[in-house]
Amino acid sequence: MSAASGSIAAPSAPPPAPASWNLPDKGRVGMACLILTESSFFAIFVVAYLFYIGKSLHGPYPAEVLDLPILSSICLLSSSVTIVFAIRALRAGSTAGFVAWWLPTILLGLAFLILTGVEWYGLIVGHGLWVDTNLFGTTFYSLVGFHAFHVFVGLSLLTLVLVFGLTGHLRAEHAERTEVLSWYWHFVDTVWIVVFTVVYVVGR
Amino acid sequence: MTVLDEGIARPRPAERVSAWVTVHDWATTVDHKKLGVMYISSALVFFLIAGLEASLMRIQLAVPNNDFLPPTTFNRLFTMHGTTMVFLVGMPMFFGFANYLTPLMIGARDLAFPRLNSFGFWLFLFGGLLLYFSFLGGAGLYGAGTAPDVGWFAYSPLTGRAFSRGNSTDYWILGILVSGLGSTATALNIATTIITMRCPGMTWGKMPLFVWLMLVNCLLTLIILTPLTAAQVMLLFDRFLGAHFFDTQAGGSAVLWQHFFWFFGHPEVYVLILPAFAIANEIVPVFSRKPLFGYPFMVGATVMIGFISMSVWAHHMFVVGLSAAANTFFTASTMAIAVPTGIKIFNWLGTMYGGKIRFKMPMLWCTAFLFSFVIAGLTGVMLAVVPWDWQLSDSYFVVAHFHFVLIGGLLFNIFAAIYYWFPKVTGRMLDEKLGRLHFWIFTIGFYLTFTTMHFPGLLGMPRRIYTYEAGRGWDTLNLITTLGVAVQAIGLLFFLWNVGRSLLRGDPAGDDPWDAWTLEWSTTSPPPDYNFETVPVVHSRRPLWDLKHPEDPDWKYE
Amino acid sequence: MQGRQVARARVTGAIAAAFAIVAVPAMSAFGADDAVRAVPNMFAPVSTPANTIRELSFLVLGISAGIFVVVSGVLFWCVYRYRQQPGDDREPPQVYGSNPIEWAWTIVPVLIVLILFLATARTINELQASEVPPNALKVTIVGHQWWWEIRYPDLGVVTANELHLPVSSADTKRPTYLTLESQDVIHSFWIPQLAGKTDVVPNRRNLMWVEPTETGTFLGQCAEYCGTQHAKMLLRVMVHEPADFERWAATQRKPATTDTAVAEGRAIFQSTACINCHTLDGTNADGRFGPDLSHLMSRTTIGAGAATNTRDNLRAWVDDPHQFKPGVLMPAMKLDTPELDKLTAFLLSLE
Repeated sequence: MSAASGSIAAPSAPPPAPASWNLPDKGRVGMACLILTESSFFAIFVVAYLFYIGKSLHGPYPAEVLDLPILSSICLLSSSVTIVFAIRALRAGSTAGFVAWWLPTILLGLAFLILTGVEWYGLIVGHGLWVDTNLFGTTFYSLVGFHAFHVFVGLSLLTLVLVFGLTGHLRAEHAERTEVLSWYWHFVDTVWIVVFTVVYVVGR
Repeated sequence: MTVLDEGIARPRPAERVSAWVTVHDWATTVDHKKLGVMYISSALVFFLIAGLEASLMRIQLAVPNNDFLPPTTFNRLFTMHGTTMVFLVGMPMFFGFANYLTPLMIGARDLAFPRLNSFGFWLFLFGGLLLYFSFLGGAGLYGAGTAPDVGWFAYSPLTGRAFSRGNSTDYWILGILVSGLGSTATALNIATTIITMRCPGMTWGKMPLFVWLMLVNCLLTLIILTPLTAAQVMLLFDRFLGAHFFDTQAGGSAVLWQHFFWFFGHPEVYVLILPAFAIANEIVPVFSRKPLFGYPFMVGATVMIGFISMSVWAHHMFVVGLSAAANTFFTASTMAIAVPTGIKIFNWLGTMYGGKIRFKMPMLWCTAFLFSFVIAGLTGVMLAVVPWDWQLSDSYFVVAHFHFVLIGGLLFNIFAAIYYWFPKVTGRMLDEKLGRLHFWIFTIGFYLTFTTMHFPGLLGMPRRIYTYEAGRGWDTLNLITTLGVAVQAIGLLFFLWNVGRSLLRGDPAGDDPWDAWTLEWSTTSPPPDYNFETVPVVHSRRPLWDLKHPEDPDWKYE
Repeated sequence: MQGRQVARARVTGAIAAAFAIVAVPAMSAFGADDAVRAVPNMFAPVSTPANTIRELSFLVLGISAGIFVVVSGVLFWCVYRYRQQPGDDREPPQVYGSNPIEWAWTIVPVLIVLILFLATARTINELQASEVPPNALKVTIVGHQWWWEIRYPDLGVVTANELHLPVSSADTKRPTYLTLESQDVIHSFWIPQLAGKTDVVPNRRNLMWVEPTETGTFLGQCAEYCGTQHAKMLLRVMVHEPADFERWAATQRKPATTDTAVAEGRAIFQSTACINCHTLDGTNADGRFGPDLSHLMSRTTIGAGAATNTRDNLRAWVDDPHQFKPGVLMPAMKLDTPELDKLTAFLLSLE
């Protein structure tokens, strides 16, 4: 496959420019990259948790102090459903419909954080478990804590968008960007599924 | 003289502006070209600082039982030298060149997220400054501090509160953590730009290979840098909250840090070297006057390197006492990665073969790179052989190996890149005569130091020691190694003089001084703020070749 | 002519590198005759694991040298043959690639890597210690910042920094299996002429073995950065004929000498902070932070190789160890001169 550089052929016209040139949206790709890198971050805390299961030198031990967080999980995972409906409403042009689904999303996320706080209060005050107690304490609070922090950041962003919605600044053309934000929220929920399985199912 | 038929409007000559306006412009810029220059300039400054640190160490090691430096200072110097070179020189060089060139090569006007770009740069710089502030502020406790002294890979439990008192280790953690967040942001930005902002006609198969490698590099960075952040956060928790991640007294594992660190650390060295390959991919073809040999295989080899690099990390841990099965697996994966790397070298040779090679400065440096990298790769394969590594891990043989990779591999290509793209960035050529002095003096010093350095390792000299006993067979070898550093320093002086002089009085470069083929050479030198007046449409991997050779364009053959 | 200059320099570099690859095995001659093998040369092994590693090294170096010669040869050839001739501005034939060539230079390296891998895997299994055979001598090494604690559990011997071993011969095979532990941070036990290194990791027990086949003294040192005085955490291995080894062990097992002439020194020792860190049989000193001093004078160095074990050095060390090893964890004992002299006299009696 080589060109004969000696002979000079008549110049031919280049092929025409492509009729359509559609590359992915940069918001989506950017968010996908963020999710990739955050997954890596969480993976390390998950590995540390799994590695240290059963290695604490003394209690409290997971089986003794952890209860399945059913209610908080239902709240968080439902919020992934409500957020989808909110985006659909926005896409259809209904800001009122958007707020009607967006607000419950935020409230469900908030409920998750509050219930997590209650759980932690019980663990810290009731069982004397903190980061420095033993390996379980260290890995539990780090993993669950970072997840909760990501929920908190998500809620802050969602609240900001709620304010935009309530003050009439949100229109159908913003549905694309809002959907990208919802991907972050879905990511946070997916991480919770992993955390739940590792901490409350496998680790107990 | 531009090549494109439609003339590009030359930017109006800049009116005289006050220094304050210029500083403000640069300080608040979101333009990828200015940020690229800022990244590269900062990296060069840190490079000189880290080089000074190395020179001081080499003076201490020139003779046995030397007392030029106390052990505490020496230990800080090797920690700061390694940390600076990896995080504050290698990474910003990567981001600097990627930032400057990627939009120009893909026909875009800027990165996908210009403000994020600026944010990433300033995080990198402030993280670096925080690390260096440790020299002033680290001494929290009498007798402890100042700068970190735990080695650039900061193994636990040495980094725990019990063994690293004071705050010096915290500067290491926080400085790199902050810098790392900046790197993650920029990697995200460049990856998104490449995926979503290529000009019409630039399909995946028509992207310059430089851009391909930057994409793989950015994706690799996204995957492996946050694990370091996570490990550093864990260490912070251990040091400040009493956590037990790496606390052996509480049943924790000292080896866990190594797994986490090297899971980041090994791919990190690929993150450092892939930009070097990217640079060679542009320079070798242009100066051999032929297209890069085997483009699809080069892409495939790069992707394979990206994947395999995440499976070799425990070759840094062969001596920690892993099982025979683990050692066997990691030796296999480490040897496997030699195959795609070798393929790349052969393809560069295939590009040169049958060409008409012009040995201008960029090509001189790339040729030196090819020679040095073969040696570096071979000593790497040797170290992949576990029993050999049992002898030579943590010895000066390894230090020599990775300096061959990072200086012979990365730095030589960075010099090549600077000689190649300086005309585009500044509109002026670097001087060839000064360049040759820089090249010959520096490479002679480099080979003198680092070839020699293999031998003390083979004779049992471990690394990170501030002095050594006389009569071990290491004395003369260390002296020669140190002398080579002085020679390299002289070479660098010629380089700095060349850059300074050329900025002020270099020959005007024109748009395309090298007769090259990728889109950045179609703009003025320097390019206007908006890069391209009209967004280009490309039909092949070498759009300017097509324009310069309409009778024999690439798109007929690709 | 630029290309030819480059080619010539590259040839010189290649010859130098090839010489180095040949010279390295030739370095086996280093330090061949001294009783103290001062050069810890991995190419002058005196123990089975180190021998095995050296043999594998020849294969590795041979393959590497071959690849180096071929690849750099092609590079020089290209630099020389394909440099631009003055005045020739035509473009060469634009060759994009060749699939057969790509496959060829993929498959050949894969085969080379396979050979190297198989040789390596076999050697790993040969050398990696799993269980301790019954005839082996067992030693426990405990790494400290910045000295080595050495215990022979079956022989009832405790010493520091100097490892005494019996030689292993063809008719009486006597390998030594070392269990490696750490009191504080990660260290690494490396005596190149005996074996590859193995790390000494807290909360983990590693196992390695050596099998010395020659008598003499061999040197090594800590090979994992462990803090300020990592550089002066030296190791000496004394390999003896079996009878000499037994004699040494018997002396070490004897209780510490009680010489009445130095009773005052002994009293100073027992009433000073020394007893908190050091162990000395027959006294109330049972600290484990510093080395056991019961047979201090049987060792050739103090401070893990920081100084030779002479009267003056010992006195100076006790007075202020930081003059030999700045940053060492033993404090300056701040004794006044008469006390120091008596204490030193006492220590000198601990054969």
